[in-house]
Amino acid sequence: MNENKPAKIVLREIVDSVYRNAWEAKERGEPVGWSSSKFPAEIAETLGLAVCYPENQAAAIAAKHGGQRMCEHAEAMGFSNDICAYARISLAYADGAPCEEKPMPQPDFLLCCNNICNCMTKWYESIARMHGIPLIMIDVPFNNTVDVPDERIAYVRAQFDAAVKKLEAISGRKWDEKKFEEVCANANRSASAWLKACSYCATKPSPLSGFDLFNHMADIVTARCKPETAAAFEQLAAEYEKSVKDGESTWRYDENHRIMFEGIPCWPELGTLFKPLKENGTNTVAVVYAPAFGFVYDGLDELARAYCRAPNSVCIEAGVAWREDLCRENGVDGILVHYNRSCKPWSGYMLEMERRWHAKLGVPVVGFDGDQADPRNFSEAQYRTRVEGLVELMRAQSKGAHAGGPPRAAASNAANEREENAR
Amino acid sequence: MTQPEELLKTLSDIAHDPGARLAACLAEGRKAVGVFPYYVPEELAYAAGFLPFGIWGAQGTVREAGRYFPAFYCSIARTGLDLALRGKLDGLSAVIMPSVCDTLRPFTQNFKSAKPDIPFLFLAHPQNRKEDFGVAYTISEYRRVKAELEAVADKKITDEAIRGAIRVYNENRAARREFVRLAGAHPEAVSPAGRAAALKSAYFMDKAAHTELLSRLNDSLRALPSVAWTGVKVVTSGILADGDNLLDLFERHGIAIAADDIAHESRSFRTDASETGDPLESLARQFAAQTDDPLLYEPDLAHRGAHLVELVETAGARGVVFIMMQFCDPEELDYPNVKNALDKAGIPSVAIGYDRQMRDFGQAGTSLEAFADMLKS
Repeated sequence: MNENKPAKIVLREIVDSVYRNAWEAKERGEPVGWSSSKFPAEIAETLGLAVCYPENQAAAIAAKHGGQRMCEHAEAMGFSNDICAYARISLAYADGAPCEEKPMPQPDFLLCCNNICNCMTKWYESIARMHGIPLIMIDVPFNNTVDVPDERIAYVRAQFDAAVKKLEAISGRKWDEKKFEEVCANANRSASAWLKACSYCATKPSPLSGFDLFNHMADIVTARCKPETAAAFEQLAAEYEKSVKDGESTWRYDENHRIMFEGIPCWPELGTLFKPLKENGTNTVAVVYAPAFGFVYDGLDELARAYCRAPNSVCIEAGVAWREDLCRENGVDGILVHYNRSCKPWSGYMLEMERRWHAKLGVPVVGFDGDQADPRNFSEAQYRTRVEGLVELMRAQSKGAHAGGPPRAAASNAANEREENAR
Repeated sequence: MTQPEELLKTLSDIAHDPGARLAACLAEGRKAVGVFPYYVPEELAYAAGFLPFGIWGAQGTVREAGRYFPAFYCSIARTGLDLALRGKLDGLSAVIMPSVCDTLRPFTQNFKSAKPDIPFLFLAHPQNRKEDFGVAYTISEYRRVKAELEAVADKKITDEAIRGAIRVYNENRAARREFVRLAGAHPEAVSPAGRAAALKSAYFMDKAAHTELLSRLNDSLRALPSVAWTGVKVVTSGILADGDNLLDLFERHGIAIAADDIAHESRSFRTDASETGDPLESLARQFAAQTDDPLLYEPDLAHRGAHLVELVETAGARGVVFIMMQFCDPEELDYPNVKNALDKAGIPSVAIGYDRQMRDFGQAGTSLEAFADMLKS
């Protein structure tokens, strides 16, 4: 544990070092890759390849308010504004659009895994075409059942083997099984520590704001195979443990209500998202996006199975169960759903999920429209109104519970509202 | 009425009333299985004795599907789910639903949630479909779908029956490819709307019956004298182009469709399956051979652009009309690539937005008129 610096600083420095290493590799003339966030990072790490992460870059650019400018650049290239804003930002950057918010070296090879979305496929093909560079594609088909069929695991595993061969050629290095085991051990240690840190959200009151987890996600995405990341997450968990004992929290407001925030945050609007929540003493204590990146496995077959279970590659039953467990474990009394204009696979079955959560958990569910990186798709007024509605519903439910009555079913959650509108 | 006109009308009537076709099929005692886009190995359902019935949504307003899909989703999915919710698919013995794009993924989950009374057969194609491991995985998926169809049909599907179905389908694919060629050569006899309807009718008919009608139409077109076309010829590209309102605009502005790169049309019948050997492997290798489709991973990065350029040149077209399905991100992501390839080859193109729910075609008409004028000049 680093005794001198808080974990959040250590974690930030680790992400900075990922990008610094990539720049240094570029300067040394070594190939630098761009990778989708749920490509098996273990492979490139084992071969000692420097890799950057366009999704992480796009989130950082958006958080620093460069998203709209980059999106508009991509639109001028001919890409529709319907396309995921991360993809548009990345395509603009690959095209050389000026960008001081989060520079990273241009790619020499690409690592694409479509477990989180198929948008990845054409996005990465476009960049491969623009730069004339190799694209390594790992395809993870969508799952309709909770258990992933063995044939699908075999297909994914075979692609891992093919990717290793291609990356051996790109890196000029031979695959080292011992090194791979070390890398996997690091990734597992990082994942365990990350999940432990996330689990402190279950404490009442929570020693953290769930939004903190969004900030630390960059590490689990970009640096999960590094021992220093595992150590930093262990430090983070220890800090939360201490906060619980000391009665402290990074959430410095009342915790009258505890909610799950569903979806990727609107990075350009983090302050706006936060404001009505803190005004109403509503802490976010569950975010499915964060623990979704923490998975523990043993060996390549299990690794293949783990990468089949990305948020957007699982069936609705698994998706509901994840959230249901999280909400129960973390004592959630309301759910705020981000209908993310950038993410069709995510938002496309949320209305049905809303109904199922509401039925199973008996908590109010409210949705708002937004975007992970394009601020033009977000309305502060609508967001504030929806949060206020959620708070009212939670308050009413809480009063019902205090009066000794049964949990009050929300009369106007977002799914029901939409149902009414549809009629 | 000339023979081509009569046959085109027959096929058009079928294309315009799929509900009646389904009802007639069920009344005759034949069971039907719904087939959603894209690349379902219909031969398996056909071999089991079902009528494979294509479901690509419907023209009109979404009424019920708003309970499942937010507004920013492809109208094929939204109106397709709407058909199910309004009982228009009742009577189907099952549906087969692929999951190859980011809208189809949640669509599969919405469908099974919204319509639990229709057996739902899920299908997850591979993107790395050409390698042996991809073919092996496709075979495993097709084997599962076959077993599920057998359960629905309560009978075994033999290899011989699948091979027989492949023969029927290969003949139909060949007839449709020939029709596309002849319709391009005889725009004076086949309007854009008539062309689309003749192709669309295949989704609602036994393929053997469709081949029979279409072959007669092809013969009658082949017998026509060659007539100089005074308008312009284009290639269409996109997911779907079957709306009469849209296609009448082509006709009004003298634009003939010489060939197409439309998912609902030529992309679906470009590739045949082997009629010998293991039939599941034949179907898997047929899918592996599919290419030049934005819904599929394309390792040869220049291939689709070159394909479109070749299609224009082979068909004797002057330009390309991209019919961009609203909210279809695979098409949108690939558009700059193919547009650039056309630009480099000196082939003009125009993109017009299209949607199952579209009512106002003013902007599309203006774009097409201007494009036709440019091509003529």
